[in-house]
Amino acid sequence: MTNSWTDIRNTDLVVIMGGNAAEAHPCGFKWVTEAKANRGAKLIVIDPRFTRSASVSDVYAPIRQGTDIAFLLGLINYCIQNDKVQWDYVKAFTNATYVVKQGFTYQDGLFSGYDEAKRDYDKSSWDYDIGPDGFAVVDETLANPRCVWNLLKKHVAVYTPEMVERICGTPKDRFLKVAAMVAETSSPIKAMTSMYALGWTQHSKGSQNIRAMAMLQLVLGNIGIRGGGMNALRGHSNIQGLTDIGLMSNLLPGYLTLPTQKEPDLATYMSTRVFKPLRPNQMSYWQNYRKFFVSFQKSMWGDAATPENDFAYDYLPKLDLPGYDLLRAFELMHQGKMNGYFCQGFNPLQAAPNKKKVIESLSKLKFLVIMDPLDTETGRFWENHGPYNDVDPSQIQTEVYQLPSTCFAEDDGSLVNSGRWLQWHWAGGTPPGEAKRDTWIMAQLYLRLKELYTKEGGAFADPIVKLNWPYANAGDPKAEELAQEINGRALAKVTDTADPTKVLAEAGKLLPAFAALRDDGSTACGCWIYSGCFNENGNNMARRDTTDPDDAGFYSKWAFSWPANRRILYNRASADLTGKPWDPSRKVIEWDGQKWSGYDVPDIAPTAKPDQVGPFIMNPEGVSRLFTRGMMRDGPFPAHYEPFESPIVNPLAPKVRGNPAARVFEGDMAQFAEAGSKEFPYAATSYRLTEHFHFWTKHVIVNAVMQPEFFVEISEQLAAEKGITKGGWVRVWSKRGSVVAKAMVTKRIKPLICDGKTIHIVGIPLHWGFTGAAKKGFGPNMLTPFVGDANIETPEYKAFLVNIEPAPGPAA
Amino acid sequence: MNVELSRRAFLQTAGAGLAGTTLGAFGFADIESAHAAAIRSFKLANTTETRNTCPYCSVACGIILYSKGDLRKGEKADITHIEGDTDHPTNRGTLCPKGSALLGFVKSPTRLQHPMVRKPGTDKFEPISWEDALGRIARLMKADRDKNFVARNNDGVTVNRWITTGFLAASASTNETAFATYKVVRSTGMLVFDNQARV
Repeated sequence: MTNSWTDIRNTDLVVIMGGNAAEAHPCGFKWVTEAKANRGAKLIVIDPRFTRSASVSDVYAPIRQGTDIAFLLGLINYCIQNDKVQWDYVKAFTNATYVVKQGFTYQDGLFSGYDEAKRDYDKSSWDYDIGPDGFAVVDETLANPRCVWNLLKKHVAVYTPEMVERICGTPKDRFLKVAAMVAETSSPIKAMTSMYALGWTQHSKGSQNIRAMAMLQLVLGNIGIRGGGMNALRGHSNIQGLTDIGLMSNLLPGYLTLPTQKEPDLATYMSTRVFKPLRPNQMSYWQNYRKFFVSFQKSMWGDAATPENDFAYDYLPKLDLPGYDLLRAFELMHQGKMNGYFCQGFNPLQAAPNKKKVIESLSKLKFLVIMDPLDTETGRFWENHGPYNDVDPSQIQTEVYQLPSTCFAEDDGSLVNSGRWLQWHWAGGTPPGEAKRDTWIMAQLYLRLKELYTKEGGAFADPIVKLNWPYANAGDPKAEELAQEINGRALAKVTDTADPTKVLAEAGKLLPAFAALRDDGSTACGCWIYSGCFNENGNNMARRDTTDPDDAGFYSKWAFSWPANRRILYNRASADLTGKPWDPSRKVIEWDGQKWSGYDVPDIAPTAKPDQVGPFIMNPEGVSRLFTRGMMRDGPFPAHYEPFESPIVNPLAPKVRGNPAARVFEGDMAQFAEAGSKEFPYAATSYRLTEHFHFWTKHVIVNAVMQPEFFVEISEQLAAEKGITKGGWVRVWSKRGSVVAKAMVTKRIKPLICDGKTIHIVGIPLHWGFTGAAKKGFGPNMLTPFVGDANIETPEYKAFLVNIEPAPGPAA
Repeated sequence: MNVELSRRAFLQTAGAGLAGTTLGAFGFADIESAHAAAIRSFKLANTTETRNTCPYCSVACGIILYSKGDLRKGEKADITHIEGDTDHPTNRGTLCPKGSALLGFVKSPTRLQHPMVRKPGTDKFEPISWEDALGRIARLMKADRDKNFVARNNDGVTVNRWITTGFLAASASTNETAFATYKVVRSTGMLVFDNQARV
C-alpha cells in the first residue's frame, strides 16, 4: 500500500477491483464502511462475481476475468476525452511532458522491438529523447506528438465504452456510470483509493493490471494524498516483509538486485545502478545504492567484506537467468535437474498451478525438507489419498523430512502489514511437542553446514564459513538480535557529511536511520529500507502509542513503518508547486518557505524547494511514469491481452495469444486450450472464502465446520443449460486435470456477453486438500495453467478454461 | 509487554470506583462489601496477557493472547483464549471469522509435534530426533552442493552459484526469521529461492 488501512477513512471514492476486501480483509474493509458512513464516500466494485464487497457497493460492474486492462484504459480514455484530468498534477508530477524517442511504436498488439521466437522485446526504442545536456527532453506545452501524453492519448483511444463492453462484457451504461464517478476525483479536492489483491496479480499480465490503475490514479492526481493511493491488500501476514527482505531469486534486501553473470565485479555491477538524475535538481535517491549494498555485504560477511575484495562481491551467486522463481523451480525439478528442496511454511502442492506436474516434479527429488507448524499436503505428496492424491508411494524415491515449527503465538518478532507497518509481536505460549522456532532451525542447519565445511572443506566454503553470525547463542539467535542487525550498526564512528563535527553514531551503536549508511564499510545494515526500526531509541516496532493528531489516520507512534516511519508514500505530491496542500482539509505535509512539515514524515528532503525538486524521489526523473521506459518486459504502456486460455480471440490483436512477452515452458503451451475452445468453453476463476485462510484454516475445527467441503459456483443459466442441480455433483475438467465437486448454483455469477458470445463463468474456491479437519477435496490447482506474469511470474490462477457436466458423486 | 494498563484491570478499577461512589452515597456500604465478595473474579484474571498480531491476512489485526503461565517468568504457558486488541488502530478489537477462531489454529490436532522422516519408497513417516534429522539434511545439502556448485561459467566468469537445491520461504514468518533464512540460504550460493509473495 502507498497509504494505510486507517487512511481509507479519508477517501471520497473506493474502487475495489481485483480484490474482495469485505470477505478477504474484513477488518480492514471496516474503514471503507467508516468512510461511507462518516463522509459519504461511495464504493464501486468491479468483479466477475457479485461478492460481499459488491453487496454493499453503490455501483457494481460485472467484468470478465482477465480483461481489467481494457476496463482501466477505457477509464483513462474517458478521462482524457472528457477533460477530467488534474492538469497541474499531471504536468508537474508525471512524465506526460517527456518526449519519447523516434522508433517507438505500437501496432497490432505489439510494441516496437518484438522477437516472436524469444517471446521478448528489444526495448531500446522504449525511452526518452536525451538532450545534449544529458537530461531528458520535455515539452511543457504538450504540443509535441511524441510526448508521453500524446502517445498515451493515442494508445488508449481504442478503448471506447463500446470496446470495453465488447471485451469485458460490462454493459456500456454501467461502465459509463463508473467512469463518471471515477472522473470526478480529478478535482484537487476529491480522492479515490484503489484496493486490489490477487484478482489483479494472478494473471499473465498482472503487473500491467496494477500499472494501468496507477496511471489512472496519476491522471486523477490521487497518488500521495490522504484517501488516495494504490493499495495492495496483500494476502499473507508477512508477504510484504518477506519481499522487502528479498527472499527471491534475484533480490537482495531492500529491493537491491542480485548481480548477473554479466557483472563480474563490483564496478561493473555499480555501473548500471548509478541512477543519474534525468532532470536538473532531482534527488534520484537510488544514487545512494552503493551505501545500501556495501552495508548489506558488511551485514552478511562482516570483517571478511573488505574494500580489497570488493566487499565480498564474489560471495554472492551470479544469475544466468532473470530468476529462479517457483514455476521455474518446478520446471527444473520436472526435468530432473534438481535434487533438494526446502519448503518453509509454504505448501506448493496445493498452492502451485497444475498439480499433476507438481507431484511429478517432487517425485524426482532426492530430498525434500518441510518446516511448518501444520501437516501440509506437500509433506505428504508421496502418500496415496485416492483421487485427491493418486500416487504410488513405492514408486517415489524422495526422502522427506517434516520438521515441526512454531506458529505466531509461540514466536517473537515483526511482521509487515499491507500499509508497511512493522509490528512487533510477543510469544504467549509454549510450542507443542518438540516444535522449534524457524530461527533455531535455520541456525542449527547453518552451524552443521559450517562445521562440515570447516572440517572437510568443499566447494567454495568461504561464504559459508565466514558468514557473519554474531549472536550471543549461535545456535539460537534472538529476534531482537536479528532485528538490530536488520536496522544496522556503525562499525566505526559515523559523522554527518555536511558537518563532520556532528556524530550520527559512535562505533558499535545502532544506526539512527538509513541516512547514516556509508559505502566505505563503516556501517552494516541488513535491510536499508527498515533502518530506524530498532535504533538507540529502542525497538520502534514495539511502539503502541495510539496518538493520532486531528484524527488524520496516521498513527505515527504506533509501530514503525518503512521507509523512515513514513505513512503515506509520495506524500510530497499532496501539495502543489508552491508547497500548499491541493486540498487544505486533506493536508499531509506543507512547505513553510523553509522546510516541509506536517502529520507525516516528508517524502522529500526537508529543505527541498517545492518548485524545483519533484516528489517521486526514487525515480531519476523526479516525477512518476505514465510511460515506463524499458522497465517492464511487456511494454511501456499496458495493453489488453487475453489470458492464455480465453473464451474469445483478442478483438484488438487476433494474432496475439496471451501476453506476448510471458515466458512459457516447452510442453506447457501444448497444455493450454485454444482461444474460443469448444472442448473447454467456460471461463473459470479461483477465489477464496471469508471463512477460510488459504490452506491453513482447514486445520481449524471451527472453520472446517463453517465451510466443510469443496464446491464450485455457477450461474442459474449455466446450471439450466447443463442440467446441473443445486447441491448436485459435477465434474469440472481442464486440459490439465479434473475435479469432482458439489455445485453451488447462485445469482452471484451471471453470464456475460463478450464479442457477441455468451460467456459462462465457473468460480472455484481453493481451500481444500487432503490433510486437516475439513472434508477432503480438490482445489482449482488441479486445473490451472502453468504460466506466469511476464514481469514477476505470478501464475495465471484467475483466468482459465474448463468444461463442466453433472456427475455421480464420489463413492461414500 | 507494552500493555501499560491492562484493559481488564482498568475495568475492575473503574467498577470498584463506581460502587464506592454510587452505592456508598445511598448508604449501602455493608451491602457493597458483601456484594463485592459475592462476585466471582474473572477467570481471565489468572491469565497472562500477551500482545500479538493475527497471522492470517496482512490487515494484521491486533490480538491479545491469554495464557495460563507466563513465558517471561520462565514458566510453561498454555494459551486458553485469543481475542481482538481494542487498542489497535486498525481493527479496534474486531476480528473476522478466521481471526475469531485463532485458538483453534494454535491447538489444531494437525499441528506438527515431532520431526519425522519418510524414507524412499515407503508409505509412512517415522519419528526421528532433531539431531539426526538436522545432521542428515546438512549432509545431503553438502553432498549436492559440492557435486553441483558452479564456480565459473563457460566464459570463465566467477558465478559461484548452486541451482540443484532450492528453498521456498514462507509468507507469515517474521522479518527476523526471514533475515536469518536469507543469510543462510544466500551464503550457500543458492539461486532457486522464492517466497509465497509470488503466488
